[in-house]
Amino acid sequence: MLRNILNKLKPSFEKGARFGFLHSTFEAFESFAFVPNTTTRSGAHVRDCNDLKRVMTVVIIALMPALFFGCWNIGYQHAHTFGVEMTFWGMWIYGFLRVLPIIIVSYVVGLGIEFTAAQLRGHEVNEGFLVTGMLIPLIMPVDVPLWMVGLATAFAVIIGKEIFGGTGMNIFNPALLARAFIFFSYPSHISGDRVWVAGLQSPSAVEVTTGATPLAEAAAGHIDRLPSTADLFFGLIPGSIGETSTLAALIGAVILLYTGVASWKIMCACVAGLLTTGFLMNWLAVNPYMSLPPYYHLLMGGFAFGAVFMATDPVTAAQTETGKWLYGFLIGTLTIFIRLFNEGYPEGMMLAILLMNAFAPLIDHYVVAAHIRRRLKRIPVNV
Amino acid sequence: MKLLTDPIHKNNPITVLILGICSALAVTVKLEPALVMGLAVTIVTASSSFILSLLRNTIPPRIRIIVQLVVVATFVILIDQFLRAFAYDVSKQLSVFVGLIITNCIIMGRIEAFALGHKPWPSFIDGLGNGLGYGMILIIVAFIRELFGSGTLFGYQIIPENWYIVHGGFYANNGLMILPPMAMIVVGIIIWIQRSIIRTH
Repeated sequence: MLRNILNKLKPSFEKGARFGFLHSTFEAFESFAFVPNTTTRSGAHVRDCNDLKRVMTVVIIALMPALFFGCWNIGYQHAHTFGVEMTFWGMWIYGFLRVLPIIIVSYVVGLGIEFTAAQLRGHEVNEGFLVTGMLIPLIMPVDVPLWMVGLATAFAVIIGKEIFGGTGMNIFNPALLARAFIFFSYPSHISGDRVWVAGLQSPSAVEVTTGATPLAEAAAGHIDRLPSTADLFFGLIPGSIGETSTLAALIGAVILLYTGVASWKIMCACVAGLLTTGFLMNWLAVNPYMSLPPYYHLLMGGFAFGAVFMATDPVTAAQTETGKWLYGFLIGTLTIFIRLFNEGYPEGMMLAILLMNAFAPLIDHYVVAAHIRRRLKRIPVNV
Repeated sequence: MKLLTDPIHKNNPITVLILGICSALAVTVKLEPALVMGLAVTIVTASSSFILSLLRNTIPPRIRIIVQLVVVATFVILIDQFLRAFAYDVSKQLSVFVGLIITNCIIMGRIEAFALGHKPWPSFIDGLGNGLGYGMILIIVAFIRELFGSGTLFGYQIIPENWYIVHGGFYANNGLMILPPMAMIVVGIIIWIQRSIIRTH
């Protein structure tokens, strides 16, 4: 039925027709609903019946566990901190109502800019924002003011993506760029111990003791105040909306790996880098935080979420197979370094991924150069 | 007249020739130092272009760079002493960047490219225009950075106090605006806007 309506509408959106100027907008909706009629013809693409929009849909589905758990956790943390009685669904709905405005703002601002840019340049609307728009709310604290989300989204889409040429051309992961923008612009709204639990910023909440994330507790040296590993694994801790639960991130990872959307090499390399460096730090261990078993770092903060959904972003990660191992390993290593040695930034995952995004082309360059050198050696000399 | 207006828009030293970026990033956190810096550079470019254009037929080409530096350095020291005497606070904020006007590529570039081959009056106008073009970009960048980064202009509160979250409002100053990367991004956006204007003409 939808197909028929679209077919009927199509002629009026062709070039030169009445709504010709809205051609790319129409295109976007049509190919969102159906597989497009054209397949990729040029460039080094994998030729497949699925286009980018199918891939994006898979990632969105993989994000759903984190979103659903995140909503519930907001309600749980609120009830837990303020001592309010809430049912399971009550908690979920409370959290969902807090998250929904952030999601709406992120999508409206981001898609608005994407559509405007596509219209101005006269090409198709890039579908990349579908995933970015869902990732941005998931890595925000629940109490973040909405206009900041809007501003950060606009910054990430314009400065991080459009000026490089849109989806597929960007150097940095746009969702992380949005978070980094808020992190450096409005530090008091994305760090500290007041922003992670809904309602802690209202004046009546002064007597409530703490809403600090486990990472902040650990960085402050309160190792004994850390939650149990089970709580960390299931995500019953304060933190950004979607990042707390390692379990939800793992379910997402299974979906992504089963469908072949994300690279298992990057995920494994991230974990390997984190554990190796973690053990090294244990061996050095000059303070209690450094002697913390490395598996805690796997569970705390945004590591699992970042390794599954952010580091594997096919655009900004390393492209060569050996490069992926190196890229992931260095993300894990840098995360530990930033967490342990930088007093100001308890969470290292965001900065580690952004830094490695910048280095990914360099890694690829040297992997390819090494490959060429190896092949050259096989040529007999003096031919 | 064209000598004066060209460098302000179509041949702007910062946005078109991409010269003098370092100081543009360093002194634009607040409007006041940016304005003083713009004026200082304008005076130095205009007057050193004028003097060197007078001397242009007597300078041996081999040692011209040294002669140019002597003249530019003289004016920079004059400016520096003047600021220390009459505007000590601003001089402290600008710190080393007043002294670094000597190394500003715009000044040397205009002397080499224009003053050594033209009569004194056009050279003076050319130096003035380039200094003003530089100052204008500095003031635009500093205006944006001070307004959004500190909520003030020339130190006066512009954004109403009761908008701020601490006073029960919704607004917060953008900390990134104070940091150097944002100066780079703001200059980049100005270049973007300016180029699209030039292209449509």
